[in-house]
Amino acid sequence: MADNQSSLGGHLRENGMLLALVAIVALFSVLVSMQGKPMFLQAPNITNIFLQNGHVIILALGMLLIIVAGHIDLSVGSVAAFTGAVAAYLTVVLKLPISVVIPLTLIVGGLIGAAQGYWVAYWRIPSFIVTLAGMLVFRGATLWLLGGQNIGPFPKAFQAMSSGFIPDLTGIGKPHGLTLIVTAIAIAVVIWIGLRSRARDAEFGIAPEPTGLFWGRTLIIAAAMAFVGWQLASFRGLPNVLIVLAALTILYAFFTENTVQGRRIYAVGGNYKAAKLSGIQTERLVFFCFVNMGVLAALAGMMVTARLNSATPKAGTGFELDAIAAVFIGGASMAGGSGKIIGVVIGALIMGVMNMGMSILGVGIDYQQMIKGLVLLAAVIFDVYNKNK
Amino acid sequence: MTTLLEMRGITKVFPGVKALDRVSLTVEAGEIHAICGENGAGKSTLMKVLSGVYPHGTYDGEIIYDGQPLHNRSIRDSEEKGIIIIHQELALIPLLSIAENLFMGNEVATNGVISWPLAMQKTGELLRQVGLNEPPSAVVGKLGVGKQQLIEIAKALSKNVRLLILDEPTAALQEADADRLLDLMLELKAQGVTQIIISHKLNEIGRVADRITVIRDGTSVSTLTKEEISEDRIIRDMVGRDMAHRYPERTPAPGEMLFQVENWSCMHPEQAGRQMIKGVSLNVRKGEIVGIAGLMGTGRTELAMSIFGRSYGKGHAGTVKMNGKPVDVSTVTKAIAAGISYVTEDRKALGLILEEPILKNISLANLMGIARRHVLDKRREAQVAEGYRKQLAIRTPGVQQKVVNLSGGNQQKVVLSKWLFTEPQLLILDEPTRGIDVGAKFEIYTIMKDLAEQGRGVLMISSEMPELLGMCDRIYVMNEGRIVGELTRDEASQEKIMALIVKDNGKTTGKVA
Repeated sequence: MADNQSSLGGHLRENGMLLALVAIVALFSVLVSMQGKPMFLQAPNITNIFLQNGHVIILALGMLLIIVAGHIDLSVGSVAAFTGAVAAYLTVVLKLPISVVIPLTLIVGGLIGAAQGYWVAYWRIPSFIVTLAGMLVFRGATLWLLGGQNIGPFPKAFQAMSSGFIPDLTGIGKPHGLTLIVTAIAIAVVIWIGLRSRARDAEFGIAPEPTGLFWGRTLIIAAAMAFVGWQLASFRGLPNVLIVLAALTILYAFFTENTVQGRRIYAVGGNYKAAKLSGIQTERLVFFCFVNMGVLAALAGMMVTARLNSATPKAGTGFELDAIAAVFIGGASMAGGSGKIIGVVIGALIMGVMNMGMSILGVGIDYQQMIKGLVLLAAVIFDVYNKNK
Repeated sequence: MTTLLEMRGITKVFPGVKALDRVSLTVEAGEIHAICGENGAGKSTLMKVLSGVYPHGTYDGEIIYDGQPLHNRSIRDSEEKGIIIIHQELALIPLLSIAENLFMGNEVATNGVISWPLAMQKTGELLRQVGLNEPPSAVVGKLGVGKQQLIEIAKALSKNVRLLILDEPTAALQEADADRLLDLMLELKAQGVTQIIISHKLNEIGRVADRITVIRDGTSVSTLTKEEISEDRIIRDMVGRDMAHRYPERTPAPGEMLFQVENWSCMHPEQAGRQMIKGVSLNVRKGEIVGIAGLMGTGRTELAMSIFGRSYGKGHAGTVKMNGKPVDVSTVTKAIAAGISYVTEDRKALGLILEEPILKNISLANLMGIARRHVLDKRREAQVAEGYRKQLAIRTPGVQQKVVNLSGGNQQKVVLSKWLFTEPQLLILDEPTRGIDVGAKFEIYTIMKDLAEQGRGVLMISSEMPELLGMCDRIYVMNEGRIVGELTRDEASQEKIMALIVKDNGKTTGKVA
């Protein structure tokens, strides 16, 4: 009985997030059409949501692990800016090929994460302090490396990271054949995974969510994917960014939910001492979370640099807050030990859709900030309310 | 005698669980009324209803207090009427002084400005009343649990208490402190303070209580008067069956030498030069249950934790052998690999992840056991948890239930399951039955007996001498970080254990002087 409650509660949370995303998209569609502007959900807009928010999703994936482990990373914006600058320096000044630049930059990101994670994990310095210091240090380092100038432009190959599209191997061209095939496969996989986890729930004696609800939700997701796929196919196809995002999301969702190390990170955040006394190498895991965050920050930094086609000293300002907001909108707990990858991605998308929708509507940056702030607060209040009910 | 409190037909439902089902309780003015029951029987819930933690309207039934219907909206409401509850987990702020804690939320102030001289003076009076000889400016965190308990009572007195509720007040106390507390209860009774005590310790109840209400499975089973009180009767009412023996029958059959600690020492983690464990040697054979007796703070937990992956202290020295061969226990992982498990004293803070379900807690110390190439097999995880649920009779609607919702005894079974799943040869159990009711204690003892019969070694740390005497084949007595004696099952008695400790204390004081 009581566990039905908790599993229903879990479904409620995810369904609620999805519902909120759908509602926000619908709201903007109506508002945009009322202003007599072209359709909100047209291909270029859909493409742009991913291009313009890819870095937030990537940062949020890493930030979820950090927050689940019971920490925080305030430095990711500065680290993204610094690694973007490193990539620019290597590419533009040293003229290294992109096949060298990308791994090298990711390594730099990992080293930065290690440098911060070392103090947090092994010296027990509060992560808030360490990464606040990192935020200042790497902002300064960015200025120093760039000498206060922008570095750019980049070769086409580097730009393709953020603005490229997958080639159409089928040769159909319009609509983009490979995009349609990938979309169809993705829809099939989503339905298959849904059915499988439902069967597993039943086997474990967890009350499955009502059949109607399951199919309703699955059909909405499938329809949304089909719609997005068709729109993208009729435009320029799947952006490279979306492929990277999808791959990372699946990877991290699998890591957090189905692997030994992923589970242990939740244990560390849920009860550090109990985890330690259960033989879990808590320090090493916290350290790993920060290294991972550094690598993802470097990836995000390169993507943003490639999109802007220039490394700037001001890049990445406020990224850390977007990522943290996405994690909390996505349902993670400030105390650590809980939160899901899929929630975080939806959280980041909600923020992205709101950014784009409000920009199209011509809402000023002043109101945009206020509205986003209130949405974050509302999401967390909703969580706390549900927990206490 | 007049009736001070009458609770009639109290029913409290949580999602999916009926915690209280038409419970009735009558407390006469000026009496000490004990409430007994198994863990999860609903004692604490009933007290939370009474004290306003669950406000009026969230439960069914009525409460008559002092002739008036009681409609508490909050704890503050009930405190204004003189109903004060002292919870099992003390609610004092460790970094503040006694005086600051005593008047927390009830400050001696005019227009928001605190008068410290007056507060100190009042604190002094209250401390005298409870017989605590500490300056009002002493920092609470530096005092022992027994003294903190007295401060809680002083705090209740400062609020003009009429009905004092003590939820397992002696659970964390040593015998001497517990005695003092019980004396204080009788003194307060003489001053006219009505009291309700929740306790698992039947000897205490027999000493102070005038009447007892036994609660079982959310309903009140019986109310007994002082004349009717007997341990057997209470136990029968609590568990709904006669319990001929409080400890399972077992024939000790010690086998080969399993676990040896030789000359083990370690230092305090922060205070340089302070040796906490001083050259301890002990051993456990296969199939043997060995106890470590001693007062609180004599280093028993520190000894266990320092052996288990150096989880306590620094500067470790000495050897640990399993099956005659030295083993590396320098990290928890290595200790587990060597076949050692340590079930912590504080299961909530150190043993469990409260917000996670039972099955994730059980698999925690041996995730590789449910994984194939680091990928979790959740089906296997559920099967393992289900297996332990049946084997140890964990009472829960399902293994998906969060452990925070379980009673103390069932939580302890989850912790035991977690460690059993690591396939240990030696289990170190630190206060395995603390805060657990009689029925569940018997179940835990039975599990220990089964473990011994499977040929595992059990090393049990306990502050309850009867349970050591009832369960152990041998008992080591520890004092001030040293083993001061070893008694076989036949030799051991409470007097002999205490005598060893007292004699040793005499020696140490002699040395210092």
